[in-house]
Amino acid sequence: MTSAVSFQKVSRHFGTVRAVDAVDLDIAPGEFFAMLGPSGSGKTTCLRLIAGFEQPTAGSISIFGERAEGVPPYRRNVNTVFQDYALFPHLNILDNVAYGLMVKGVGKAERHKAAEDALALVRLPGYGGRRPGQLSGGQRQRVALARALVNQPKVLLLDEPLGALDLKLRENMQEELKSLQKALGITFIFVTHDQGEALSMADRVAVFNDGKIMQVGTPQDIYERPATRFVADFVGSSNVLPPDFVQRYSGQRRWGSLRPEAIRVGKATRGDGVSARLVSANYLGATTRLALDADGLRLHAVVPAGTKLPEEGEALVLTFNRDQLHLMDEPA
Amino acid sequence: MSMAANQYRTAPAILPAASGIRGVLSDAFWRKPKLLLFLMLLPPVLWLGVVYVGSLFALLLQSFFSIDEYSGLINREFTLKTYGDLLQAANLDIILRTVTMAAAVTLASIVVAFPIAYYAARYAQGRWKALFYLAVMLPLWSSYLVKVYAWKLILAKEGILTWLLAKLNLLWLLDGWLSLPIVGGNSLSVSFTGTFIVFVYVWLPFMILPMQAALERVPGNLIEASSDLGASPRQTFWNVLLPLALPGIVAGSIFTFSLTLGDYIIPQIIGTSRLFIGQAVYSQQGTAGNIPLAAAFAVVPIVIMGIYLWMAKRMGAFDAL
Repeated sequence: MTSAVSFQKVSRHFGTVRAVDAVDLDIAPGEFFAMLGPSGSGKTTCLRLIAGFEQPTAGSISIFGERAEGVPPYRRNVNTVFQDYALFPHLNILDNVAYGLMVKGVGKAERHKAAEDALALVRLPGYGGRRPGQLSGGQRQRVALARALVNQPKVLLLDEPLGALDLKLRENMQEELKSLQKALGITFIFVTHDQGEALSMADRVAVFNDGKIMQVGTPQDIYERPATRFVADFVGSSNVLPPDFVQRYSGQRRWGSLRPEAIRVGKATRGDGVSARLVSANYLGATTRLALDADGLRLHAVVPAGTKLPEEGEALVLTFNRDQLHLMDEPA
Repeated sequence: MSMAANQYRTAPAILPAASGIRGVLSDAFWRKPKLLLFLMLLPPVLWLGVVYVGSLFALLLQSFFSIDEYSGLINREFTLKTYGDLLQAANLDIILRTVTMAAAVTLASIVVAFPIAYYAARYAQGRWKALFYLAVMLPLWSSYLVKVYAWKLILAKEGILTWLLAKLNLLWLLDGWLSLPIVGGNSLSVSFTGTFIVFVYVWLPFMILPMQAALERVPGNLIEASSDLGASPRQTFWNVLLPLALPGIVAGSIFTFSLTLGDYIIPQIIGTSRLFIGQAVYSQQGTAGNIPLAAAFAVVPIVIMGIYLWMAKRMGAFDAL
């Protein structure tokens, strides 16, 4: 099957900076794909390469099997939801949404009808007469989404789509985006630095660092079986374990990772395990996150709310099932 | 405990007022900020209100007086007779000529200024930006008269432009243009074309700067969004860039339009012997001694600018502000 988007050894260099460095990537049609990474990791440049705002320094990009190098953005059937929405301040909401159809020469009545439908799709019916400045951040985000979707793109790109929204709104939009993508069947590619967002929304996630992809996989793969220390560190709160520590419990001299919820915390008197001291406890509502010091190694454990917490500085013993200990590909 | 921390601990919660009148004043101004604002605005408002607006009003008043054609004395009775004189064919000619010139100069300034302003707003950075401001402002530093006379030499029949065109074997082009009615003449320096060129040169900075400021405020991602939604560069220009730059273009055109309407030096030095509004005012209040008609002429640019701004507002030029 043809990939929706395919990168072959794609690089984008800015002078000596390798923003994107020999990236290979295949995104399937209809997939909800996340590009996750810290700022400056190359994820946004990858998105801009797909949109056509950037041209690759080397390598080739194809969109649904067609070569995209040298093709300007306005000839790509790909639309973008911009980070700060980029709504046209001089047009009202209806004309903003209808803009793509207007430049394609669709008649006024027809494009306004389509724009109304798109606004209804993002649950903003009847907002067409307002100006972008009169809308809240969450509403502007929906307008930006409608403005892209009304063109029925083959691929929809979302650049940090929820970054500017507050927590409650962000959670709502996550669910809405996901169900919208399911209903429309359009390939969604979104860029985020928020691992929670990537894991909860995407079918597959690519983790970026220094212009390279560190790992591509399902959220479960990425979270439970990180390939490298960077991925384990960046995605969620996994404990990264050094080779010496891992050798003691698995026999193999490799870097390992252990999820905080896999660690059981007990009193020091209770037999063997890793001895540690409690450094601090952070109350998170449903759970409490414990910071522990195991002989100079900083570990985190999560205990459910209501558990009786040890005192700060108290000597403890940590235990875990050996099969929970994940060995990473990265050599020691 | 360190010294600094000790001092910190012994400091009072509220510091004493500064001694003398200064302390009293700064506290009073802080409590009543409007008092300070009032004191700051008083001198300029007095100056503008009394001296400037007052004299403008006196001028307007004059236009409703009339002149006794035999004695040459001003008859201080309210009448519309002077405005009747203004509508004579010869005077309407002057008005039409000036407005046409101002419109042509404004349009040409927009066309010439846009690429420069666009480059400065979207591409120039650091040293290039400083160079841009320098290049745009530099002509404003030298005397206006010097520049106009310099242009007279450039445009004269024996001038460098004729010489250059002769060297390029393009003299036929110049001669062809000068043989045209209205815009032509004996040489560029005694034609409307010459007047036009010098007007555009002299007012260009007043168009570039507001235009550049407006273009600078257009976020780059709006251009990208337009392109992303399928608009060709041409469509992006007409649908996004131009509407958003319009307030700057209108601001610039207010300068070029009104400055051209009122100028009497450039058409005096470079151009034909036909009068512009500024020259008409100058000669009516000077040699002719007809102050009421001069005042009526001076009202014309004010009315035209009023109509112009009203139309610009109707067209939505200020919506993006």
